[in-house]
Amino acid sequence: MTLSLTNKDHEMLRGDHGPATKMAMSILVRMAEVANAAELIDITSAHIDSTVYIGEAGLEFAERLASLGAKVAVPTTLNVSGLDEHHWQEWAVPSEWARQAHRQMLAYQSMGTIPTWTCAPYQTETRPAFGQQIAWGESNAIVFANSVIGARTERYPDLFDICCAITGRAPKIGLHITENRAGELLLNVNDIPESLQLSDDFYPVLGHFIGSKAHDQIPVIEGMCIVPSEDQLKALGAASASSGAVALFHMVGVTPEATTREEAFQGQRPQKTIKVTTDLLREARQQLTQTDSEKLDMVVLGSPHFSLAEFKQLVRLIAGKQKNPSVKFLVTSSRAMTELARQAGFFDALEAFGAQLTVDTCILTTPMLPPEVKYLMTNSAKFAYYSPGLLERKIAFGSLKDCVNSAIEGMVIRDESLWQN
Amino acid sequence: MAKLIISGKPIIAGSAKGVALVSSEPLSFWGGYDWKSGEITDRRHPLSGANAMGKVLAIPFTRGSSTTTAVLLEAIRAGTAPSAIITTSTDFFFALASIVADELYTQPLPLVAVSESDFAHLKTGDRIEIDDHGNVTIFEN
Repeated sequence: MTLSLTNKDHEMLRGDHGPATKMAMSILVRMAEVANAAELIDITSAHIDSTVYIGEAGLEFAERLASLGAKVAVPTTLNVSGLDEHHWQEWAVPSEWARQAHRQMLAYQSMGTIPTWTCAPYQTETRPAFGQQIAWGESNAIVFANSVIGARTERYPDLFDICCAITGRAPKIGLHITENRAGELLLNVNDIPESLQLSDDFYPVLGHFIGSKAHDQIPVIEGMCIVPSEDQLKALGAASASSGAVALFHMVGVTPEATTREEAFQGQRPQKTIKVTTDLLREARQQLTQTDSEKLDMVVLGSPHFSLAEFKQLVRLIAGKQKNPSVKFLVTSSRAMTELARQAGFFDALEAFGAQLTVDTCILTTPMLPPEVKYLMTNSAKFAYYSPGLLERKIAFGSLKDCVNSAIEGMVIRDESLWQN
Repeated sequence: MAKLIISGKPIIAGSAKGVALVSSEPLSFWGGYDWKSGEITDRRHPLSGANAMGKVLAIPFTRGSSTTTAVLLEAIRAGTAPSAIITTSTDFFFALASIVADELYTQPLPLVAVSESDFAHLKTGDRIEIDDHGNVTIFEN
């Protein structure tokens, strides 16, 4: 297929709109050709995952664009950075890392972006609307935007998101196109008891299971007896985009493109059906724990970034209690959500319990953990999935309540009752 | 030495050679590839512990994080990247890293997509040569 460009696309490619736009358009066009796109489309917003500091190359890319005068053409939110800008000194972050990560923050901020510094941009005011064409990076944000909101983004990688933001354009491929959004894999959860469906830890576990089965297919979940909250859907999506490459899921009767099973599959038959059982989920839940020990040094919550509702839930569990002094207890969130939590009066309970807060980043994207912290516990499948490889730490997975109880006891304890047959 | 030539599609054209490192399991480079050394660090992946620097890495596609591109770009700059990557379909994340490496360092990484049945012929340890047209020559061990 030959890529057809508009006059304005050609102008951008020639450099009529400045050298940064030329560089962004040149990358965009080469990628559109690789992806066999017929044309480019306008986008209404972008979310930039390239803000995550990895090393010199990513920083050079950002500073090259910034020095060429790059400005975004559409409202653009920023993902987590490599640094909690104002509190990194409280942790083990090396100053050299902080300097480099901060340069990367400044480079992306200079492009006229909105410095949200969060992996949950759908929890901000600039949340897109149903049907809008957007270019988002960050795997959990991509799956949330497509599935829960019904906005349309392809699974965009770092470095490409910013090229779309600068040009205001994206290749017309994949999930931007209605017929590519049809379900492919049917997962039936009829047999999962309501008590488990009501429980928060059901969602990350189901997501982990789905990701490992679906790879890059579009899963459709059928048989829910309750309507999950946004935070539960966020946990499901983030998990499925970690163990797999899920960029869109449908949940019949819950998500906007799946009022019925027929609608979710766009009238086609599922390529495959999986009957989800408690046994299969128990196995998936076990995979999320990568330790045989009950030792616990630190509880980590907030991947994706904690929402106000999650703060509220946590505060209810910790009210009047104190964690064990041998255990650290960390919540990662955005500046905006943290401010809302402060205004809601949640800080007193958090401080009394001994919880700490980090904004702008998370344990996976900034080297904040001191070396003596070796055993982690989390309710996030994404933290559980990536911590062994990225942080070389042992990690146990449990519900939010398990995490709180473990922090109080000073060792990993989990309530297994819901996971029995 | 047995020799087999399979014809793939050059996603980013280029020639390369190296020893094959193969898995049918997809991989996220973020949390799965240490760009400082080239080691595969996803402890749930069959290639965990293997070093891919200078090898021809063959995996069907990437999974997980959208930061895979940034990690591969760092590896290309640091000289710890595979010499080429073979996938079963066009992988957007790898393609972008290669294109940006070309823009920044004129150092694109050759990428070839082969059919699933051809992919099954690849074995870890085979010596592999890739040409500009996407032909993959396998010298079996």
